[in-house]
Amino acid sequence: MATDKNNDFTPNIIGFLCNWCTYTGADLAGTSRLQYPPSILPIRVMCSSRVDPLFLISSILRGADAVLVGGCHPGDCHYQKGNYYTRRRFALLKKVFDTFGLESDRIRLSWISASEGPRFAQVVTEYTGKIKELGPNKYAEEVFL
Amino acid sequence: MSELTEKIKKIFTDEKLDILIGYEKGSLPLRGTPCFIESAEDADKLIFDSTCHNNLAKYLTDQKKTEVDARKIGIVVKGCDARAVVQLVVEKQFERENIVIIGVPCKGVIDPSKLRAKLRDKEISDFRFDGNKIIVSGENFQETFDKNELLSDGCLSCKYPNAPQYDYFIGDPAEPIASKDEYADIDEFEKKPPDERWEYFEKEYGKCIRCYACRNACPMCYCEQCFVDCSMPQWIGKGGNLSDKMIFHIVRAMHLAGRCVDCGACAAACPLNIDVRLLGKRIEREVAERFDFTAGMDFETPPALATFREDDKQEFIM
Ligand code: SF4
Ligand code: SF4
Ligand code: SF4
Ligand code: FES
Repeated sequence: MATDKNNDFTPNIIGFLCNWCTYTGADLAGTSRLQYPPSILPIRVMCSSRVDPLFLISSILRGADAVLVGGCHPGDCHYQKGNYYTRRRFALLKKVFDTFGLESDRIRLSWISASEGPRFAQVVTEYTGKIKELGPNKYAEEVFL
Repeated sequence: MSELTEKIKKIFTDEKLDILIGYEKGSLPLRGTPCFIESAEDADKLIFDSTCHNNLAKYLTDQKKTEVDARKIGIVVKGCDARAVVQLVVEKQFERENIVIIGVPCKGVIDPSKLRAKLRDKEISDFRFDGNKIIVSGENFQETFDKNELLSDGCLSCKYPNAPQYDYFIGDPAEPIASKDEYADIDEFEKKPPDERWEYFEKEYGKCIRCYACRNACPMCYCEQCFVDCSMPQWIGKGGNLSDKMIFHIVRAMHLAGRCVDCGACAAACPLNIDVRLLGKRIEREVAERFDFTAGMDFETPPALATFREDDKQEFIM
């Protein structure tokens, strides 16, 4: 793995994707043969609100370069309210990252629906670019390895 | 007989309490200790003063873990303890009717860890309060401290020294100490560059031996199985890795978001004097500013993270 901000650094982004929207959106991106960087490791969850803050903190402090949480647009959650709770939790988690001096850009929440295959590809591309700019997760070495 | 014991005896009888949780004189100087009163006569030993730092609300949930408990319980509460009780009722941990909340005015409580730090290895055998001073003495020494030097950090900026909700209130309501702005430490801390902030937490949490005393002292940590004790899956390792320590502290703080009442029981319990308060306070501030919520003020408002508004701000979502 390259250690500086050059192009051969492919970030490890963990994706927690809601089964009903973003995961299906990712599928659509695939079946539509849209190109996006191979940087994301998708994990299917039943709702964005299933993503315990523990998953995000653990991922970052154990070496992932970034975490993307994908959920249904507000009002569209399969369980009606899940993503509203996710939003509140996420707001606090961002603040915790800032307080710690951890780069809060390394966690991201996006609303991507099942029909938004192109948007999924675009979000992953854009976010991968952003994380490339930030470089590898420096806390990984410092904290754990 | 003091006003406190006299009134509590009456309450005990009138309310037909099965048990009352309060404080008695501890075996160590300056450490009031929790006690359980099972009959009105027993109430003579009750005290309440600045040595009573434990948050007694803890015992309410501990009890619930072991049995279905329909006993009528009286509890003596400071402002923060009362808020913990209220928050626990909101979280449906027990029935409101089974609890009799007895408020007492709080003038701040002594943080045992601050006292330890001041005394180093000297042992005190006696103490007395003299206005805002505390005079302690032991073999071959006597020292006078300003009370404010020894009070819990939360007390110095506490806004609710009296129970916001109660069934009885004994004494005249206390004035907040307010010797310090509530968020002054946070403002100061946030002026530091990110690297220094990280270093600070690395240094503080790095000391943690994960004895979990902070969790065990906290009335809001009542999970039957805490995530740190899970072995399937094992969320965090048992060793001394900094990442495990960090994960424990961040996740605990997140679990207490919108629920922590800043009683300081966690900080007081920590044998290593680790700063477990700063992060919680930062989250509390965010909850207040963003969601306009303060934990434990009334029985109706749903906790900040168990509710939402459709138009909650989402400037961070991309
Ligand atoms: S730290 Fe979290 S999981 Fe553990 S007891 Fe407290 S609230 Fe429960
Ligand atoms: S986290 Fe600490 S200050 Fe907050 S309620 Fe629990 S013991 Fe009290
Ligand atoms: S009481 Fe102190 S040492 Fe023990 S787990 Fe909590 S912070 Fe760590
Ligand atoms: S089901 Fe997709 S966010 Fe809840």
